[in-house]
Amino acid sequence: MNGRRVGADFLVFARGYVRNPVGLFFSLVFPIILIGLFGLIFSVTGTVATTVYTENLDHHSAESVAFLSALNQSGAVKIAVVAPVANESFGTWLAQQGYTVGLIVPLGFQSSFANHTAVNLSLFTDPEDQASSGELIGAVSGVASEFNLQSAGGTQIIGYTDQQLGSQVYKYIDYLVPGLIGFSILTSPMFAMVEISSTYRKDHLFRQLSLTPLTKGEWLFAKILWYVVLTIISAAIMIAVGVFAFGAHVGFSLGLLPFLVLGPFFFVSLGMLAGSVARTPESAAVLGNIVTFPMMFLSGTFFPVSGFPPALQQVAHVLPLYYVIDGMNQVMLFHNNTRAIVDLGVILVGGIVVFIGAIVAFKWRDE
Amino acid sequence: MPDAIVVRGLTKRYDQLAAVDGIDFTVPEGRVFAFLGPNGAGKTTTVEILEGLRNRTSGDVTVLGFDPWADGAPLHRVIGVIPQDFRFFEKITPKEAVEYYATLFDVKVDAMALLERVALADKANAHFDVLSGGQKQKLGLALALVSSPKICFLDEPTTGLDPQARRGIWDVIRDLRKEGRTVFLTTHYLEEAELLADQVAIIHKGKIIAEGTPGEIIRDHGRPERLAVDGPPSLGEFLKKRIDRPVTMANGHIEIQMRDKSDALLVLRAIEESGIPWKGFATVSDTLEDVFVGLVGRMDDGIMRAEANP
Repeated sequence: MNGRRVGADFLVFARGYVRNPVGLFFSLVFPIILIGLFGLIFSVTGTVATTVYTENLDHHSAESVAFLSALNQSGAVKIAVVAPVANESFGTWLAQQGYTVGLIVPLGFQSSFANHTAVNLSLFTDPEDQASSGELIGAVSGVASEFNLQSAGGTQIIGYTDQQLGSQVYKYIDYLVPGLIGFSILTSPMFAMVEISSTYRKDHLFRQLSLTPLTKGEWLFAKILWYVVLTIISAAIMIAVGVFAFGAHVGFSLGLLPFLVLGPFFFVSLGMLAGSVARTPESAAVLGNIVTFPMMFLSGTFFPVSGFPPALQQVAHVLPLYYVIDGMNQVMLFHNNTRAIVDLGVILVGGIVVFIGAIVAFKWRDE
Repeated sequence: MPDAIVVRGLTKRYDQLAAVDGIDFTVPEGRVFAFLGPNGAGKTTTVEILEGLRNRTSGDVTVLGFDPWADGAPLHRVIGVIPQDFRFFEKITPKEAVEYYATLFDVKVDAMALLERVALADKANAHFDVLSGGQKQKLGLALALVSSPKICFLDEPTTGLDPQARRGIWDVIRDLRKEGRTVFLTTHYLEEAELLADQVAIIHKGKIIAEGTPGEIIRDHGRPERLAVDGPPSLGEFLKKRIDRPVTMANGHIEIQMRDKSDALLVLRAIEESGIPWKGFATVSDTLEDVFVGLVGRMDDGIMRAEANP
């Protein structure tokens, strides 16, 4: 491995890359758009309570008002009391207004409560808005249990306190930042190398390079170096956007660096391997997508893997990107260095295997 | 003079098809060798085998003493190559490309002087993707020269160039010869080979069908020197009867085969005696292109006849 030759090839590739606005866009701007988009979507749904349009048919009795007030205080829902609808059902009215959840407190609510006789609330939910339905059912169920207990003169025996893992409370954006850095580590080199491997072959650029003293290993190493630089820049920008725009509790620590180096090492090599084993540019693109897309969604990029069904969690554990994202989570969020080192070990060993495979698979010249 | 390239029994097969079929030739050091042939004749396959870009099926090949396939790395330090339809990184300038190659070969090169030599200095800072086809070929030539190679393989280096640019490349090839470098040239322009080459080989359907200096090939395979005159068919008919020489006529152009130089006087006298108007009396000889077309055409005819009457 000759450092001067690697440096020269790095410089030529870097110049070509920064002079191509499309490549730069997908490497630096696209991840920022993603973090902005996901950050906005999930910060909004996480903080705003679901509005529940409510008909109180019990003439605003003290118990019914107390019940609705308790629902409001749960924080999960916001009760908006509307005048009883005439000439049509409440459900039809809700649908016409474009509302997805509603509640009717029936006439006689207070007297039933006082006489210990059963009374049914009517809940209206839209199957297409599962999130709001869940918020409403959960809130009503919780408050109804409280009222039932109070009515029966009982005492709450089993209680709970909510303690999140780690030293602080995490928000979605805290998971999203390392996830999207992982997304960038995966997609940018994978798609680029699959494309490079087929276009260089088509344009005879590999043959051209084979006529110089540059070796295949030096050429691939220069690409890895470039994507390491690009990944570090892109990670710094994403962390800055996460922290300053969405208040993420993540920082740029030194422990993150090994992942920003070994991640591109793995995926540049994997992209080159996938592009080299394919016979045509079209099949290279298909193979690249087959390898990339499952990893993109099942490795904890957009949602923590712990929230997946058990079978998908098993799948995630065989995907190399999982170890990159999990390692970065351990370093950036949980400060669990032991697990991070295990993740690094998996990426390093896998990276060496894939790097050697790529060197063997891609040909400078024809038989 | 030692041989820079030695080829013995070179064969390259793709399944049952022999793209190159047991050819032999040698190229002496310091000479310009033109390798000619119609499309699909096996030229590029042969050149790529010599450059170490493609493996051979059988035969012995040495280039400057190296086996091109087995010893590719040391060979590539002493040869320069312009492949057909040269391509490079789209957003890199010629100056950057030359500096890149200089670092790869670990040599010091004045990039601007080298680009000046191939008449590309005015485009030194333009991106490769905006260069014309000819300018791209010139960059290919400049890169082939970065390492001061002992042999330059130039695969159709002037294809697509305007006449002035072609002459510029010819000057570079002549300079390379003066510097004692060997040039292995493939080209579709036969007059280019005739002008530049010390030695020529013509390959057709994987076999070498003629080899030697341009003069030797014309002498051995071309038609004898002829007298030519422009005039009506009646003049041709008159000459056929008047002189005992083969006469051919086509489109107002009459050619009379000569036995010796004195035939010129004999024919001119006969023309004057005819009283038929004429013009443009001259001697004509075959060019390398005439010989090439004749040889390849005769071979194709022969093969077609053989196929028709097995």
